[in-house]
Amino acid sequence: MWDYTPIVKDHFLNPRNVGDIPDADAVGEVGSLACGDALKLYLKLDDNKDKIVDAKFQTFGCASAIASSSALTEMVKGKTLDEALAVSNQDIADFLGGLPEEKMHCSVMGQEALEVAIFKYRGMDIPQHDSEHDHGHAYPDYEGELVCKCFGITDAFLKKVIETNSLTTAEQVTNFTKAGGACGSCIPKIKELIAQVLGESAAKPRTRPEKLSNMKKMQLIQEVLERDIRPLLWADGGDLELIDIDGSRVQVAFRKACAGCASSGNTARMVEMKLRDLVAEDIVVEEVTQ
Amino acid sequence: MKEIYLDNNATTKVDEAVFEEMRPYFCELYGNPSSMHFFGGQVQSKVNEARNRVAGLLGASPDEIIFTACGTESDNAAIRSALEVLPDRKHIITSRVEHPAVLTQCRNLRQRGYRVSEIGVDGAGRLDMEELKATVDDDTAIVSLMWANNETGVIFPVEEAAAIAKSKGALFHSDAVQAIGKIPINMTDSLIDMLSLSGHKLHAPKGIGVLFVRRGTAFRPLLVGGHQEKSRRAGTENAAAIIALGKACQLAAEFMEAENSVVKAQRNRLQDALMAAIPHARINGDGAERLPNTTSIAFEFVEGEAILLLLSEFGICASSGSACTSGSLEPSHVLRAMGVPFTCAHGSIRFSLSRFTTDEEIDKVIRELPPIIARLRQMSPFGREHLKGQS
Repeated sequence: MWDYTPIVKDHFLNPRNVGDIPDADAVGEVGSLACGDALKLYLKLDDNKDKIVDAKFQTFGCASAIASSSALTEMVKGKTLDEALAVSNQDIADFLGGLPEEKMHCSVMGQEALEVAIFKYRGMDIPQHDSEHDHGHAYPDYEGELVCKCFGITDAFLKKVIETNSLTTAEQVTNFTKAGGACGSCIPKIKELIAQVLGESAAKPRTRPEKLSNMKKMQLIQEVLERDIRPLLWADGGDLELIDIDGSRVQVAFRKACAGCASSGNTARMVEMKLRDLVAEDIVVEEVTQ
Repeated sequence: MKEIYLDNNATTKVDEAVFEEMRPYFCELYGNPSSMHFFGGQVQSKVNEARNRVAGLLGASPDEIIFTACGTESDNAAIRSALEVLPDRKHIITSRVEHPAVLTQCRNLRQRGYRVSEIGVDGAGRLDMEELKATVDDDTAIVSLMWANNETGVIFPVEEAAAIAKSKGALFHSDAVQAIGKIPINMTDSLIDMLSLSGHKLHAPKGIGVLFVRRGTAFRPLLVGGHQEKSRRAGTENAAAIIALGKACQLAAEFMEAENSVVKAQRNRLQDALMAAIPHARINGDGAERLPNTTSIAFEFVEGEAILLLLSEFGICASSGSACTSGSLEPSHVLRAMGVPFTCAHGSIRFSLSRFTTDEEIDKVIRELPPIIARLRQMSPFGREHLKGQS
């Protein structure tokens, strides 16, 4: 059984805003019967055509697809179109108290339907691509080369999801987009895309975010440790383990060559500097032996 | 909440009588059957009795029974053995709808240079016997075909298939995990060389399986070590589970008639009532010969995981061939091999009954499922379009 949070279960068993809006201002449709999930999102705007006053959905899919759709409609009501466009798939997952990683593609589907609805309403160009199978998983606003032929997913769309969710493995990309989840022949291409995105994001200067929720902060600390710090230590035969995060206090234990190394104090300061640069100014790193 | 357990092809309740039979062999009679002393010896004689009982259900001889840890081990051992005893043959034949215990093994062997042919099925899940005939050749080491399909219950003509395999000198193995205990099986006048069974599918505990190997069929063990099971499967015997399986096989023989009359009637009543109450549904494997306890029904425009979780709210336990429940992203390989239309492949639900299923339980499913399907169709963009004007 999937380990769904109580919020996911609640939104599945008692979905909010099911139905349609006959005079909707914006409608976004993604997915297909063949893919196993699909979402049709309806948005009604206020008289100024700026704020979303009502949202409804119809979803074909599993429990987390229904819950993600329900959550999405609740999240966007009352938002302006620009505010709504800022809702990310991670925000949908967070609203639900988290989704199993294999189900993250449900939150991506929600975010996409929203984007498609707003783009279409604004008359922005929505290029269509034809997938070779019946399996046209339409994320139609991303043109580009078709990578996953089974689910009809382009490189532009995959790069967007890889980048916004900081994905590093092909398995994660499958969990978030379904790409590579059927015949698997595009997995090498997905790995190339990950390398491209990682290369691009490494080249881009990274700055500290302005403000962070506690949850985001913890995530970011872990990410920086995994991506920026541990590879440096591995190069010298060392390693560290994250023991605890309490607000801005980060406890780490040094491993392998770093454990008991005379300069581990310096290493701890290096870790602290890096975290202060990339996460938050007030981070304090403490070394613990465990 | 009291469970309504209609997922017996996944696993079964251990029969109380089976549990009583095995109970003394944990804390009291815990001896090693291989020991020389009386204390091990008394376990040995119960293991022998169990072997006789298993052989009795299969119409086999006790020395043809090898106890293993599970159906998967039996399947793996059978295929590996065939390749070792026929080292000059590099071709394996199986079907597209096998259980992963066979299919994954064969596909791994393909990576190691073996030629693997997967025989197809028709829309009702029936094996393409012509394709099988055309595929078996002098290079074929083993043909491994399931007796009955776990998802649809469709029964393969394994004796006929075995005759085709033997005509070219290949060995024949059948994964009979779903069939044993549900339909009569007799190895006495059979051409089948090897056959797998799993205890937990017939009211014995998990962790015990059997590989039947016909007397005179060459066999190479998967596990080597001690002399247990006449050196055909090393490792200390799981005595309590073996004794339980013996009892379970004895009971299965006693209940065989009920399985094919009472349980079958319940299954038929369930599927007939659901088909009558729910439009846009189809029985997977309809028209083929099927196990008496299994029915797999595909509902168009809805998704299986959502159905299962709503059924679960009523305590009803079933399973699905849908993608979302398995962690994979495509509907089951069985339904795809059968060419089930994509409009309903994602909405297939399998009910598998047992001798413990009651009429009241069937009534409850007949009552609760139609509104669940209607509710999900109301929510589905496709359901609305396709079902306009219908309730």
